[in-house]
Amino acid sequence: MAAIPQETLLKVYRNMVRLRFLDDKINEMIAGGIGITQHSTRGQEATPVAACAALEPKDYVMPYHRGWGWAIGKGMDPKILLAELIGKKTGCCAGKGGVHIADWNLRIMGRPGVQAAHVPIAAGVGLSVKFRKTRDVVLCFFGDGASNEGNVHEGMNLASVWKAPVVFICENNLYALFTPNIETTSVRDIADRAKGHGMPGVIVDGNDALAVYETVREAVQRARSGEGPTFIESKTYRMHGHTAMDRFHLGGYRPKEEVEEWERKDPLIRLRTRLLETKAAAEADLQEIEARAKEEIEAAEKFAKESPYPTKEELSRDTYAE
Amino acid sequence: MGSREMTYAEAIREGLREEMRKNEEIILLGEDIKINVWTVTRDLYKEFGDRVINTPLSESGFCGAAVGAALTGMRPVVEVMYPDFTMYAADSIANQAAKYRYMCGGGPFKVPVVFRIAGGGSSNGAGCHHGQSLEATFLHFPGLKVVFPSTPYDAKGLIKTAIRDDNPVLFYEHKLLYGIKGPVPDEEYTLPIGKAEVKREGSDVTIVSYAWTLHKTLRAAEQLAKEGIEAEVIDLRSLRPLDKDCILNSLKKTAKLVTAEEGTKMGGVGAEIAAVVAEEGLHLLDAPVKRLAMAEMIIPSSRYGDQLFIPQESDIVAAVKELF
Repeated sequence: MAAIPQETLLKVYRNMVRLRFLDDKINEMIAGGIGITQHSTRGQEATPVAACAALEPKDYVMPYHRGWGWAIGKGMDPKILLAELIGKKTGCCAGKGGVHIADWNLRIMGRPGVQAAHVPIAAGVGLSVKFRKTRDVVLCFFGDGASNEGNVHEGMNLASVWKAPVVFICENNLYALFTPNIETTSVRDIADRAKGHGMPGVIVDGNDALAVYETVREAVQRARSGEGPTFIESKTYRMHGHTAMDRFHLGGYRPKEEVEEWERKDPLIRLRTRLLETKAAAEADLQEIEARAKEEIEAAEKFAKESPYPTKEELSRDTYAE
Repeated sequence: MGSREMTYAEAIREGLREEMRKNEEIILLGEDIKINVWTVTRDLYKEFGDRVINTPLSESGFCGAAVGAALTGMRPVVEVMYPDFTMYAADSIANQAAKYRYMCGGGPFKVPVVFRIAGGGSSNGAGCHHGQSLEATFLHFPGLKVVFPSTPYDAKGLIKTAIRDDNPVLFYEHKLLYGIKGPVPDEEYTLPIGKAEVKREGSDVTIVSYAWTLHKTLRAAEQLAKEGIEAEVIDLRSLRPLDKDCILNSLKKTAKLVTAEEGTKMGGVGAEIAAVVAEEGLHLLDAPVKRLAMAEMIIPSSRYGDQLFIPQESDIVAAVKELF
């Protein structure tokens, strides 16, 4: 812990808090009748936020559907994100992408709607980095459900063969939609599959932001120095369900005890406690962060709601590059 | 301006080589492309080294990887060995390459990738897993461009344009055309995507075709001429965008339309042309449209059997004569 600069610790905490408030805000907006496809990040904030904190600004992120942690972690302004989610012109994809968030300047390279489609794409970005000799790293996120897609294996094999600077992060939250992965997945530790693709497979406690940061930092260094890809399995849990529809574990597919057990491992509370215990921050500092985050998210909602929709003419552009 | 005779495969290789010499962003990916069963990319690795990448058997993977490389400053040219194998890569091509720019809001997001696909090929027994003509399948996806040249000249001119295009282009090559020879200018040239060509002028009937069937159509037209029917033959060259004007202009003269292709009839290239003409040029016609295409069945993997179900020269002649 001493090795992590205080500035980084506070940045990770700040982004996790902003993300938690954003998540709450989206749920509130949905409850208020605004249509947003929400794959809640609640409970999984530590992995994407801490992972992105281990990157340089010029590094790439290939995100996946679960939540918005990689967007906030990579520096996206929540108001731009929220505007995109409700189809506004001021959104990061000019109202065309919706939940498929992308941002060229932040090097968020697009979030496909098809599970695992982006894994080979990430390998290709890595290949491009090698040709252009820019020493950037690609962080590629996906879930345990997608880990069974052929594309994950094809993408991992390609990255390995090419020694591409890609770090694969599989957030294993134990469920794909409403199906526990014990019914669908041949291994309990998805990291075991890394061996089959000739790369290190590392397991990390995904609810421990500092452990995630350290693990990803090491993998990023390895990738940047030309040693090839790493596969990281983050063991975590979604506190809410797959989407808003099963927010309260519809159908009882998750045991109450299991949900409660993971609630006790809330990554936000864990990091907060640790920051205080290690005197990395004072209570007043954290309260200040929390208050500002709340204000920011309120303002983001206002911005998103007040922003105009793109015109039909604007929406009809960009199928082809001119 | 001088020219040389070269094969369709050599013409594509020359186009690739010229562009690769000019632009280091161009890389080649595909299964076995260093030696290459089709000979198109053969030995380019000797000049371009690691810019020529033999991929694993992993169509979805390497087509997706090409999208990632294209997004970030490279111009990959991918070979998919058979159209049938594009089904493995369908997501990478039709869901990702085609839509990436739009979904990301345009701007600097561009996908300059060429998917070279060794298309067609029924009539050599290749059958339904190596010899399908699936080009019409990909016409259904805005965001893609689809071309299918029939001569060495067109193949070279179009591959160069496809590489320079900032959009994903499906560049179909015909397996049975790789060995045909034709003149290719000594000087550098390119051809625009989206322009058809009138290969033979005539005033009695318009026959629209492309690729290998185009050659059958030209022979059929000569046969028809002997019988007093002058056919105008159009080589589409590009399927998306489709050169509607070329077809409609021809119909102003001929008032009769026949389409000929190797793919299946329902939802095929001819179906699209017939629909366009029905919408925009029905008044030009004095006879029903005739569509010649692969029968609605599975193509047999048989050198004898497959020829019975795809349009032959004699079928084209017979179809035209029914209109008179």
